[in-house]
Amino acid sequence: MATASHWLSFIVFLPLLGVPALLCLRDEDHVWIRRVALVISLVEFVISLFLLPGFRMGQPDYQFAEYANWIGNAIHYHIGIDGLSLFLVLLTTFLTPLAILCSWTSIHENVKGFFIAILVIETAMIGVFVSLDLFLFFLFWELTLIPMYFMIGIWGHDRRIYAAVKFILYTMFGSILMLVAILWLYNLSNVHGTGTFDLPTLQAQLQHGIISLPPTTELLLFCAFFLAFAIKVPLFPFHTWLPDAHTEAPTAGSVILAGVMLKLGTYGIMRFCLPLFPYAAHRLAHIIGVLALIGIIYGALVATIQPNFKRLVAYTSVSHLGFVILGIFSFTTISFQGAIFQMISHGVSTGGLFLGLGMIYDRRHTYEIKEFGGLVNPMPIIMAFYLFIALSSLALPPLNGFIGEFLILIGVFQYHHVWAAFASSGAVLSAIYLLWSYQRVALGEVTVEKNRSLTDASGRERVILVTIAIAILFMGIASPLFTRRMEATTDNLVRQTQIEGAPQDAKAPTPTRIAPPAATEFGAPNSAGNRLTPAAPTQARLVNATTAAQVNP
Amino acid sequence: MHFSAEQVSNLHRLAPEIILCLFGIVIMLLDPFLGRTRQRALGWVAFIGTLAAAASLRLMYLDQGYAYNELIRADLFSIFAHAVVIGAAALCVLGAINYLDDENLQRGEFYALVLFATAGMGILAGANELLTAFVGLEMSSISSYILAGFRKRATKSNESSLKYFILGSFATAFFLYGIAMVYGATGTTRIDQVQPVLDQLIASGHLPALSILGLALIFVGLGFKVVAAPFHIYGPDVYEGAPTPVTALLASGPKAATFALMLRIFYVAFPGEVHFWFWAIWGSAILTMFVGNLAAIVQSNVKRMLAYSSIAHAGYILVAFAAATVYGVSAVLFYLAAYTFMKVGAFLVVTHLGQQDERHLEITDYAGLGTRQPALAVCFSLFLFSLLGLPATGGFLGKFFAFQAALDSHAAFGPAIVWLVIIAAINSVIGAYYYLRIIIAMYFWEPSKDYTPSKVPLAVGTALAIAAIGTLYLGILPRDVLHAALAAATSLIAR
Repeated sequence: MATASHWLSFIVFLPLLGVPALLCLRDEDHVWIRRVALVISLVEFVISLFLLPGFRMGQPDYQFAEYANWIGNAIHYHIGIDGLSLFLVLLTTFLTPLAILCSWTSIHENVKGFFIAILVIETAMIGVFVSLDLFLFFLFWELTLIPMYFMIGIWGHDRRIYAAVKFILYTMFGSILMLVAILWLYNLSNVHGTGTFDLPTLQAQLQHGIISLPPTTELLLFCAFFLAFAIKVPLFPFHTWLPDAHTEAPTAGSVILAGVMLKLGTYGIMRFCLPLFPYAAHRLAHIIGVLALIGIIYGALVATIQPNFKRLVAYTSVSHLGFVILGIFSFTTISFQGAIFQMISHGVSTGGLFLGLGMIYDRRHTYEIKEFGGLVNPMPIIMAFYLFIALSSLALPPLNGFIGEFLILIGVFQYHHVWAAFASSGAVLSAIYLLWSYQRVALGEVTVEKNRSLTDASGRERVILVTIAIAILFMGIASPLFTRRMEATTDNLVRQTQIEGAPQDAKAPTPTRIAPPAATEFGAPNSAGNRLTPAAPTQARLVNATTAAQVNP
Repeated sequence: MHFSAEQVSNLHRLAPEIILCLFGIVIMLLDPFLGRTRQRALGWVAFIGTLAAAASLRLMYLDQGYAYNELIRADLFSIFAHAVVIGAAALCVLGAINYLDDENLQRGEFYALVLFATAGMGILAGANELLTAFVGLEMSSISSYILAGFRKRATKSNESSLKYFILGSFATAFFLYGIAMVYGATGTTRIDQVQPVLDQLIASGHLPALSILGLALIFVGLGFKVVAAPFHIYGPDVYEGAPTPVTALLASGPKAATFALMLRIFYVAFPGEVHFWFWAIWGSAILTMFVGNLAAIVQSNVKRMLAYSSIAHAGYILVAFAAATVYGVSAVLFYLAAYTFMKVGAFLVVTHLGQQDERHLEITDYAGLGTRQPALAVCFSLFLFSLLGLPATGGFLGKFFAFQAALDSHAAFGPAIVWLVIIAAINSVIGAYYYLRIIIAMYFWEPSKDYTPSKVPLAVGTALAIAAIGTLYLGILPRDVLHAALAAATSLIAR
C-alpha cells in the first residue's frame, strides 16, 4: 500500500482539472471544446489502466490507499481501491470517452457546459468508488447528482424538466436518510470520544464489539443505507424515476446513468450495507431477494411491451440489476463475483445499447419503435453491432453478459433454489424483449419511407461500436482476468457477512463475528482453492482495518 | 487625559460597537455636505467602517474579559458572533450602493442606520446582562424598522415597516416582561448569575416557576426576532416589502445576533432547566421547518420564497440548538456563518435582478439567466445548492454538524431528538423542490424576451464573489472555522 503515491487522487481529480481548461476556451469554439474533453478523458482512461499492473491480487485490503486528516479528527481524506472498486473505476474511465464521442455532433447548445458536466460527473463517480470515509463518500455521492440533473434538464428531450426533478428528488430523499444513518454510526463510534467516519476503522470496531449495535438499531441503519442504494439501483418498487430519466436524458447522459450511476447503488450495498450490518442483511435478505426477483421479471415484462425503444432499454436495467441484487444477497463468493462482473458487463453492454440507440436517434430524432422497421437495410453496420451488443445483454455465451448471469445463478442456486429458478426465467425473458424489439426495428422491409435514406455509421461511430464490441468479447473470453482480481475481495466479503445460522455455514466452519484477531501474519488467501466455498477464516476484518490505519497513524 | 488600564480594556472589549457608531455618526455628519450625486461615497465609507470594526475584533481577541461592570463579555463566542454580524453588514452595504442609486434613494442615513443596527447586534452578541441585551435589541430593531420602510413611496415597504414595528414592539415587550420575571425570581439580571441563584432555590426546595415563565416569555421575544414559528407570521411580509439589501441584512444579521443571545441565555443562565426549554425548542424547530418549507413551495415570487426559506433555516438552526451541548453551540455558530454567506449572497442576486422598483422578482424573470449571465447564474446556483444542503458547500456542513450535534445528545433526550433530526432531513428534501425550481428557471427555461437584466456592477460583484468564495470555503475547508466555532462554544459554556 504505497501511501506516498497520489496516483489514485490524480485519477479522481484529473477530469475536474480539465474543467478550467474548458472554461478558458471560447463558447463558440465547439471543435476544440470537444477535442480537449476527449483528450482529457482518454488520458484519464490510460492512466487508470496503470492501476492494473500495480494492483496486487490476493490482497483483500485496500490498495493505492491515501490517508490524510481533513475536518477535525473524525473526517479523513481516505481513498483506496480493492477488487470491487478497481473495475468500477475502470468502467467509468472506459465509458466516459465514449460518452463524449457520442455527443460529438448531437449537442449543439451550450456545448462547453455539457462537456464540463460530463467531466465533473466522472470525477464524482470515481470519487464514490474510491472513498473509504463515509463523509467523503457522501460528498461524492451527492456531487454526482448535480451535473446529471443539469444534463437531463438542459440537454434532454421533451419532458426533461419533469424527469430531472424526479431524478434528483428521488435520489436525494434516499440519500438524506443515509446521511442520518452515517451520523448515527459516527455517534455510536464516538462513545469513547474517538468517533470516526473511517470505513475500515468502523468495520473493525463493529467486528470487535467496540461499537455495540443492538439488532433493532442495526436493522434501522441497514434500512437507511439500503434505501439510498435501492433507489439508485433501482430496486423494484423504487424504480419509477429510472425510465423517465433514461428516456429524457441525452445519449451521453443515458450511457453514464445506465453504465455507471446505477452501479453506485449496487456498489454501495456491497461496500457498506453488507460488511457493516451483516445480521440485518441476512434478516432482510429474503424480502430483498423477492423484490429483486420481482424486478427481474417485472422489468422484463414491462420492457417487452414498451412502444418507445429507449424506454425499453431503460427497463432492461431494472431487470438486469435485479440479478446483481440477487447475487449480492446470496452471500456466496461466486455470487458476489458474479454480481461484480455483472455490474461491469451491464455497464458495457447497456451503455453500448444506449450508444447504438443514440446513433439511430441522431438520424431520425425519435425513439418510437413503430417509426422504424427494416433498419438493417440502410444501416447494416450499426444494426449488426447493435445485435451483437443486444446478444451480450441477453447473456449469450461466450459474451460478457453470460459470465455475470451464470456466476450469479450458480451462487443463487446454492443459497436458494427457488430464487434461481425464477431468476432463470428472467434470462429467457431478456431474450424475448431484446430479440423481438430487434426484429421489429431492424429486420424485414423498410416500412417508413424516411428510413430508406439513412446513412450508415460514420468513422467516429464505428470507433465507438468497435470499442464496445471488443470490450464485450474480451470480457466474455478473458473473464478470469477479472474474477481473479476480485477473489480476495469477495472471499473477504463472504467472511464479513458470515453469521451464525446462515445457510452457507453448513459448508464452512463458522467464525463468530466477534472473533479474536489472528496473531499470525496475514497469509495468502486461497486463490486456487474452491471458489464455491468460503475460505477458512484466518484473519477477519481486523487485519484490513489495522493495516489501513497503520499507514497513517 | 489618562485612561486607566480598566478603561482601556473596556474600550477594547467594546471596540467594534464604538467603531461602528463612530462611522455612523461621521456618515451622518458628512451627509449634508455631499451633494446628491456624491452620496454613494458614503456607502464606501460605511464599508470601510465595517472592515475597521472587523479589524477591531483583534483588540477584543487580545483583551478578553468583562467590560463596563460586567455588563458586556468579550469572549471567543462573542467574537465569533460579531464576525458573522459584521460580515453580513459589510456584504449588505456593498450590495446596497448600486441599489440605492437605482431606486433614487441614495442617502447617508441608510448606511448610518445599517451601522447602528450592526452595533446593536454586536451588543446582543456580547451582552452579559439582560437589560444590556434589551438595549442592543432595541438599537438593532429600531434601526431595522426604519430601514425596512426606506422605500418611502412603495406601499409594500411601508407595510413592511409598520408590521415590523408594531409586532416587533410586542415582541420586545415580551422580552422585557420575561426579564422582569427572571429578575423577580432570582434577583439578578446578570446572565451568568442566574444559574447559581436558581440552583440555590431548587436546593432549598423551591420550584422556580416564575423564572421558567420568564424564560418562556424571553423565548417568545427572541423567537420573534429569529423568525421561528409560531412567531414567524410577520416574517415573509416584512422581508418581501423591505428593500432587498435590507432584507439580506434582516435575514442574516439580527438572526445571528439573536441566536447568539439565545444561546447565552439558555445555555448559561438556564442550563438546569434544559428539560423544560428543550421541548419548546423541539416543537418550535419542527413547526418552523415545516412552515418555512411548505409555504416556500407555493411561492412564485423569489424574494418571498427566500423569505420563507430563511424561516426554514431558523428551524435547522434550532435543531442544533436543541442539542444543549457544546457541540450544539458550535454547530449553531458554524451554521450561522455558512448561512450568512449563502443567504446574503442569494438576496444580493435578487437585489441585482430586481432592477428599479423591484419589478422583477417573479421566478419567470429568472428564465434563461444561465445563458444570459452565466457567472451570476453560477453564483446563484451555488447559493441555492448551499441553502439546499448539497455537499461541498457551507450549507451542507452546517446541516451536517447540526444533525451530528443533535444526534450526539441522544443519550440525554432519547428518541425525540432522533426524530427531530429525521424530520429535519426530510425537510431538507422538501426544500430541494423549491430551490430547484429557481435553478430550473435559470437553466432549463428559454430566456424571457421582455426583460434583460443589466450587467453586475462592481460593488455587487465583489459582494457576490466574497459570498460565493465563503460558501465554498466553508464547504470544503471548514477546519479553521470549525475550530473557531468550537473554541467559541467552549468559551461560552465552560467557564
